[in-house]
Amino acid sequence: MAVIFEKSVPGRRGVALPQNDVPVVGEVPTAYRRGTPLRLCELSELDVVRHFTELSRRNVGVDNRFYPLGSCTMKYNPKVCEKVAGLEGFVNLHPLLPQLRRGGMLTQGALAVLYELEQLLCEITGMHAFTLQPLAGAHGELTGMMLIAAYHRDRGNRKTEVLIPDEAHGTNPSSAATAGFKVRPAPTDRETGALDFQALTGMIGEQTAAIMMTNPNTLGLFNSEIQRIADLAHRYDAQLYYDGANLNATLGRFRPGDAGFDVVHLNLHKTFGTPHGGGGPGAGPVGVREHLAGFLPISRVVKRSDNTYALEYDFPKSIGYIAPFYGNFLVLLRAYAYIRLLGADGLREAAENAVLNANYVMNRLKDVYDVPYPGTCMHEFVISAKRQLDACGVKAMDIAKALIDAGFHPPTVYFPLIVREALMIEPTETESKQTLDRFIAAMRQIAHLCETDPEAVKRAPLTTSVSRPDELRAVKQMDFAAL
Amino acid sequence: MNKTPTDRLYLESHEWVRIEGDLAVVGITDHAQDALGDITYVELPEVGQRLTQGSECGSIESVKAASDLFSPLSGTVGEINPELEDAPEIINEDPYGKGWMFKLRDLDAGETGALLDAAAYEKLVEEEA
Amino acid sequence: MSYVANTAVERARMLEACGFHSIDELFADIPPELAPRSFALPPGRSELETVAHFRELADRNYSHLVKFVGAGFYDHFIPAAVDALAGRSEFYTSYTPYQPEMSQGMLQATYEYQSHICRLTDLEVANASLYDGGTALYEACQMAIHATGRPKVVVDGGVNPIYRRMLYNYTANLDIEFHEVEVCHGQTDRENLFGALDENTAAVILQNPNFFGVVDDHSDVTARCRDLGILTIQSVYPVALAVLKTPGEMGVDIATGEGQSLGIPLSFGGPYLGFMATRKKLVRKMPGRLVGRTVDREGREAFVLTLQAREQHVRREKATSNICTNQALCALRAHIYLSLLGKRGLEQVASLCLNKARYARERLGTIRGVQVMESSPTFNEFTVRLPMDAGEFVGRMIDLGFAAGFPLGRYYAGMENFLLVSVTEKRTRYEIGRLAEAMEAVLWQ
Repeated sequence: MAVIFEKSVPGRRGVALPQNDVPVVGEVPTAYRRGTPLRLCELSELDVVRHFTELSRRNVGVDNRFYPLGSCTMKYNPKVCEKVAGLEGFVNLHPLLPQLRRGGMLTQGALAVLYELEQLLCEITGMHAFTLQPLAGAHGELTGMMLIAAYHRDRGNRKTEVLIPDEAHGTNPSSAATAGFKVRPAPTDRETGALDFQALTGMIGEQTAAIMMTNPNTLGLFNSEIQRIADLAHRYDAQLYYDGANLNATLGRFRPGDAGFDVVHLNLHKTFGTPHGGGGPGAGPVGVREHLAGFLPISRVVKRSDNTYALEYDFPKSIGYIAPFYGNFLVLLRAYAYIRLLGADGLREAAENAVLNANYVMNRLKDVYDVPYPGTCMHEFVISAKRQLDACGVKAMDIAKALIDAGFHPPTVYFPLIVREALMIEPTETESKQTLDRFIAAMRQIAHLCETDPEAVKRAPLTTSVSRPDELRAVKQMDFAAL
Repeated sequence: MNKTPTDRLYLESHEWVRIEGDLAVVGITDHAQDALGDITYVELPEVGQRLTQGSECGSIESVKAASDLFSPLSGTVGEINPELEDAPEIINEDPYGKGWMFKLRDLDAGETGALLDAAAYEKLVEEEA
Repeated sequence: MSYVANTAVERARMLEACGFHSIDELFADIPPELAPRSFALPPGRSELETVAHFRELADRNYSHLVKFVGAGFYDHFIPAAVDALAGRSEFYTSYTPYQPEMSQGMLQATYEYQSHICRLTDLEVANASLYDGGTALYEACQMAIHATGRPKVVVDGGVNPIYRRMLYNYTANLDIEFHEVEVCHGQTDRENLFGALDENTAAVILQNPNFFGVVDDHSDVTARCRDLGILTIQSVYPVALAVLKTPGEMGVDIATGEGQSLGIPLSFGGPYLGFMATRKKLVRKMPGRLVGRTVDREGREAFVLTLQAREQHVRREKATSNICTNQALCALRAHIYLSLLGKRGLEQVASLCLNKARYARERLGTIRGVQVMESSPTFNEFTVRLPMDAGEFVGRMIDLGFAAGFPLGRYYAGMENFLLVSVTEKRTRYEIGRLAEAMEAVLWQ
């Protein structure tokens, strides 16, 4: 399909703008004026509509297909949340309004959303206070690491290191390093799939600023020893960090704050049903226990005794602004609507069904694929295509591509890094048994095909507009833009 | 897989070094290039840079992986392989020959004891598999 | 409201298939002492009740004020087709295009978006998006520090103060030395800026038009920096690039900016769009996702995520940035906006902004006691000095239906009486006239 610039026809217009209604003509002095021609498209509105409609047909979302992309929680995104996020009173609200004198009273609805969402997230996680500013999960991680650095600086601690399990998402070590910490990977016990407590005990010390964990971890396993780990961390005044990527598994069943986690970040686009947007925007609010609350970013939203809401800035230990305003507001708004729709029972039910769906699929696959940790999983599980690779030369990626032809979006492949030929499957709670049964049948059929006709699996996908693009060529060619 | 040459020594991080008189030639092993896949980019130390044994001195990228490069010995970088900038795939094709990466001079004496010989390196690779 | 499909009967059957007797068994790994101490959330409710509640909240916001406030975040017109197309759920319910066969639509759109940013900035490569203009500037700063191996950064005082604060906050735990140079007559102070450059300087950070709305040509700055091996970073206003000298023309190394003005509503602060463009030689230091064009195994044109060895999922603690989820849907909106507006449309928007701002500047200048700061040329924003505290003034203007501007005293000590006024193509001559009348009323009645 041609790129949009190739469709341009000189003189064509897609938008009519009002005539100039003022009696002056502003000029940019020549020295400051663009010298090169502005090379944008010239297309009619219908040209543009057809182009993007066609592009959308070459894209698959949760609304099209089952999308069991592990660690991403691709649950259904309720339409009513989109409707709420389109209300004029939110969409056209300038973020500087509440910063103008008496402006807070002009944005009471928006400030209420922020304040009430913070309160709900505190209750859901057992934390003391939240900031909604972080603009994505990784941004939340960085914010959390900055809070921890500020805390240690304030205490006069000389802490240099963050311990992170080797199965962790890449963002964890990257965020810790970005905040200025040295990263040390803590090993996973390969028998149990849990963080190796003995090894951790040997690694932790006065230099340890934090331990960063996901629980359940990326293998989909809940760490029952979490309180011991918290106690160990706190013995050294190290902070225990909770990556909320997998919170969907434990809503209403476990709160990180109760287990001694000091800092958490949540991914509203995973757990709280906001759309993933083709890669974003998300939102990554950060919650802390009381001893860290003074370090949270400003502004902070407060509720006054007369039940009005206001922004406050006077927090001398705050790490300051980390976003220009109050976070990805329309994402926060959708998540707030989602929580109000589901309520306590709905959230608990979401977690229970997410875990049930995952266990159901895992149990129906474990005789045909290797499942390195076959006990009860939480909301997701990891299988390995090692058996298929060794016996038939079929890789995890081939299986993923064959799933495309069967009508499914593939799971996450080659992650976590500690499992060979990993396929990480997260069905989510919103999928029906019928969908799961179809997926299971497809996975079993592919396993069978690996044995009978492995070349057919390697040929997949055959049903898509392109098949297995040449990634090496992309790197070498470096064609990043139609210029 | 190529056989591991016995005329050189190895680091556990999969670099090789061959002493040529006053110089030490450094590259990565066949196992390393195979694990990385198609190599697309190499970042090498600068000529004149002083390296210490085991220090990080560059990186190697493939389509979906990356690995750091460590110096097997202490010394000053005397020369880098000029071919690799435009054709890093040489490392995949000939890791022990044309795919060499840099040469060290002004070597510190007595450091080779910390390195592995070909047999020990092969054993390491087997254990990792 | 619950979005779980399975009935109690189906759940029971599924539990049985796994050999479980109850849902509780699935959670046996959670020790009983870790059961939630509380989970007191309001009960769930229907869609009907939810919408009513949110309408009520939305109605409590004064989104209808006539906006002459900008300060980096502008009230521009958004064609209906942007919402209609970006609202297609094939786009917005998908995620990062790790599987190219499932995501050619988003990948091609992102490639085209990157092309649009390159064409606007006159640079060679743009990434798939960053969170916002402020984090984009911070990422550019990190990129320059890593590319040069130097620890010092010189920052022009005309850079948005919100962004400057973000920059300093992000680096509080790192060894980076910042040197700020105040503006001179509204523009970059060459003498002091050049004086601050030394062999430890990694980058100079500039903004055009700057926070005061003043336009500049930084070609001399980039030339001096190039001689010293210093990278130049310029934060730009993309709409203005339709008419202003581009970062590429000026010799800037890294351009960043806030893409909100390209078809993204003000939305009380987000989601917005950080963009970044640079020269090809710096691409391996660039943060964020990047889409490249290639062919598939049948030789058909295809798009993929590329140069992933820079990113956190491959490079972990050595990645160029920790960013993972970005602002893809906002980038898509910007791309649709630019496709609709096209060359003539964007030029017209820029020229309407210029004309109306110039008219407003002249009109407000006729008000007794209001002094227009006639310093250097401006784009769509300008500064006036009032005979009273600008914060107080803005508060009174709100009662008359106007968000009249941004009081500069909030960020600049000694500028308590200065107001930053912004005018976009959406403002009419009538509204500007009413603004002037309201100002006269507030100042003199």
